[in-house]
Amino acid sequence: MKFSRYFNYWSAWLFVSLLMGSWLAYAMLNDTANKTIFMPGELSPGHHQLADACDACHTDAFGGGEVLQQACVECHGKDRVKPFDSHPVKKFKDPRNADLLENVNALQCITCHTEHKPEITLKDGLTQPVDVCFHCHQDIAEERPSHQGMPFSTCKDSGCHNFHNNRALYTDFLIKHLDEDAYLAEMKLPDREFSTILEEIVEYPRDRYPLVRLDEDDIDAATKLRGDSEIKMDWLETAHARKGVNCSACHGAPGTDGNEDAWIANPDHTACRGCHGIEVDRFMQGKHGMRLKHGLAPMTPAQAQLSMKQDSSHNELTCTSCHGAHRFDVNEAAVEACLGCHDDGHSLAYRQSPHYELWQKEIGGGAEKGTGVSCASCHMPRKSYDVSEWMSRTVVDHNQSASLSPNSKMLRSSCLHCHGLEFALGALVDSSMIDSNFNGSPDVDVQSMKLARDEYTRRQQQAEEDDDSDMFGF
Amino acid sequence: MKTMKSKTLPGLIAAATITAAGVAIADATGDEAKVSVKVMADALHLVMDSDRSVYTKKIVNRLVKKEKVIKASEHFEDDKALVLPAQMFRFGSELAMKRAEKMEDVEFSYTLQSLWPINKQNAPKTDAEKEGLKYVAENKGKNYYATEKLGGKTYFTAVYADTGVAPVCVSCHNKHPDTPKKDFKLGDVMGGVVIRIPIDS
Repeated sequence: MKFSRYFNYWSAWLFVSLLMGSWLAYAMLNDTANKTIFMPGELSPGHHQLADACDACHTDAFGGGEVLQQACVECHGKDRVKPFDSHPVKKFKDPRNADLLENVNALQCITCHTEHKPEITLKDGLTQPVDVCFHCHQDIAEERPSHQGMPFSTCKDSGCHNFHNNRALYTDFLIKHLDEDAYLAEMKLPDREFSTILEEIVEYPRDRYPLVRLDEDDIDAATKLRGDSEIKMDWLETAHARKGVNCSACHGAPGTDGNEDAWIANPDHTACRGCHGIEVDRFMQGKHGMRLKHGLAPMTPAQAQLSMKQDSSHNELTCTSCHGAHRFDVNEAAVEACLGCHDDGHSLAYRQSPHYELWQKEIGGGAEKGTGVSCASCHMPRKSYDVSEWMSRTVVDHNQSASLSPNSKMLRSSCLHCHGLEFALGALVDSSMIDSNFNGSPDVDVQSMKLARDEYTRRQQQAEEDDDSDMFGF
Repeated sequence: MKTMKSKTLPGLIAAATITAAGVAIADATGDEAKVSVKVMADALHLVMDSDRSVYTKKIVNRLVKKEKVIKASEHFEDDKALVLPAQMFRFGSELAMKRAEKMEDVEFSYTLQSLWPINKQNAPKTDAEKEGLKYVAENKGKNYYATEKLGGKTYFTAVYADTGVAPVCVSCHNKHPDTPKKDFKLGDVMGGVVIRIPIDS
């Protein structure tokens, strides 16, 4: 009978299909399964850590562009407003720009930053050709005669233009900082502000934790949970103890005798978030903490794309991995923590650099606070944040990606506190300087400064011709 | 027969008059008050122009030129200065567009353009903009109205003259490093406000 001849083939096919189907279903629906089978292409270096969290971006199965746009804005939205973004979305919404949008839909991040296409992904996740600026700025040579002959592939060159963040690169800024010395008269980084302004923070829980110095007798942990004396000594030396932050603040309910169940032996980043919300939130936006934000297991050096030390391969990245529980030594977190994992040329060259020399002087007590340069000074710089409508404070930006690439973002938050603009720009443009961790002086001509100088001269001549002392209008 | 005709005719005339009166009344007291796009654009322009005039005269001109206590600058954050009137205008426009996205019936956009722009992206792009800016510059006191099709949608486009109402307007524009025109005088047309309202074609 014909039926029986093909029956085996049909049933074999059915069996295999069911097997594959259930395997794929398991991969998709189970939270801990490896979902990379579904990826049409590798993710960019910025997002590769999230390969197991498809729903970090694909929050809805059916939604298309708007869903993805929402996902981008969720993490990156704060940086896409003026003054941090020179091409915010609102610039393109006017109907008169409708024809420009047909070439490059600048209303959507994914127009220029598509994921899953490693074959066309350039530096900083750009998936458009490097001369994409052409679409809106064809007439630049007429508008700015100094740009005649410059190919559109050079717009993004270091020290010239940045589509998103040109805070340190706009013409008037360059002109303002034209003839600065390489080393400024006062070379000092801003101070952190938390303990000094703690009294002004309304939301601080001062009923439970009054701002008074604590000592051994004030420990509110249950006797058998108190751990060894080393932990006790570590904590007593910290700013936590000095400002009244007791054990229960991080470990949970006071482990009073009889109530040990409420005690959390190893608090995670959520414990820190209560008071250090800005730092934790920014940490979770950068490459160190991005997995935590999406409920994945913490990042480990083994999963990194940069070179990392073998010994630290399985260290889990959380607050205490750099800050050391109980001691919370910020100086150690600023250098030793980094060098414990990072194993690339720039990191390895740090200990031979003039910056490290200054850092050693500072932590040794031989130089003023803020004159040393640690890894954190540049990669987790101190920035002033608006914590509420009426208050801002200087905080360490734990999003190390925010000032990383393009490296001109680092100028205002770090370099320019100590160096003149031309010197700093040169150092960032000269790749040999980056490799040697700024050992020596930059040896490049920064073209943008040259153009700024020419523009300044032109304006001065113009002002003389117009016989005017007030050159800039107001 | 004669009596029949004489009785029917007045009756017909009366019926016709009453019907006509009824229709006229119904028309005049319609359910929905309607405003033409031209009137809407004119009203919008009046508000935005007045607001900016107040800002320019009472804040910028007074504090910068008269009292000399603060500067106004394009880089107002870095220079700790006042926002420029053109920027105040643009920020308002961007905020209005953003808020209108959430409103179903309200949709319009407005921009500031010029035949002598400092930033070349603000030069007229479409034909209506080019003609409109030229028209309002050459015909003082008159506005320009047209219909445009952009990005597949049809718009009622109105262009209004933008004049230098305060001394700071002309002095800053004349001295700006990127200005193509250096001889503006108080009261000159320096550019135009372009308002667009989408209409069904």
